[in-house]
Amino acid sequence: MNAATAHGAAVEPAETPLTPESWGKLGMWIFLAGDAVGFGTLLAGYGAMRATSADWPNPYEVLGINLTALMTFLLICSSVTMVKALEWLSRGHRDKAKMFLALTATGGAIFVSLQAYEWTHLIHRGLHINGNPWGASLFGTSFFLVTGFHGLHVTAGVIYLLATIGVVSRRPDPMASYNFVEITGLYWHFVDLVWIMVFTFMYLL
Amino acid sequence: MAEHKHPNYMAIFYYLAILTAIELGVIFLPIPKVYIAVLLCIFAIWKAALVAMYFMHLKLEARTLGLIAVTPLAIATLLVFVLLPDGFAVAKKTSDEKKVVPPAAAKH
Repeated sequence: MNAATAHGAAVEPAETPLTPESWGKLGMWIFLAGDAVGFGTLLAGYGAMRATSADWPNPYEVLGINLTALMTFLLICSSVTMVKALEWLSRGHRDKAKMFLALTATGGAIFVSLQAYEWTHLIHRGLHINGNPWGASLFGTSFFLVTGFHGLHVTAGVIYLLATIGVVSRRPDPMASYNFVEITGLYWHFVDLVWIMVFTFMYLL
Repeated sequence: MAEHKHPNYMAIFYYLAILTAIELGVIFLPIPKVYIAVLLCIFAIWKAALVAMYFMHLKLEARTLGLIAVTPLAIATLLVFVLLPDGFAVAKKTSDEKKVVPPAAAKH
């Protein structure tokens, strides 16, 4: 029995058949499924509002997609650094894993900063939560609600990643934090996955 | 504990980057908007599936966990159909109002 199993055995009386490594992983998957319903509801609501509106602006002409395409690429890159962190950890390189976790958090922080820049720019051009110069007022409402909800997830993710670096630093055995990092990764990839959907449905369509 | 299996992450990264580039190109294609929308939906689900299967290791997990992951997609799809009748009702009402408004405004 190694440190990871010993650590797990202290708090987990029985193993789950779905995720034998830990209950935490199953817990995160169930949380993400619930969160996905939240985002699904927002996007379905967006679709319904748009379908019933006669003057919905063309999003990619109004919002511009150059910056958001860059943000999408950045989030995909941060997903790669996240899996690289896990890969290095499984090979026993704790410092490299921490470096890749820090890179992932930096990617997330840059994403949120770019989103703040984009919001500021659009607000200056007249896009408000209760109206805009281009058409249906619900366009602004849904835009800020959905991208804001996602931005909140990225912000939470950056804090989560920083906490994860702390956990990896405190546990000398790299394998002792493998499960923790994998669960953090699940959350982070989910945030990336949701952005793929938001980018397609709110910017490109 | 044996070393964990890891897929070729860089290959998935290039795959995702190329799909994103294609998505950006698709919106400028000179074809009807409905086809563009269908293509974009396919690409989005394709990319999301790649992230879930390889980055989130769903491919290596128990099948039941995959069912948990797919449930929200089923619920969201169902929700679209639930919202559709409501949406059409509102659209009709809006167009009726538009028909009524001009003559009323002309009386003033």
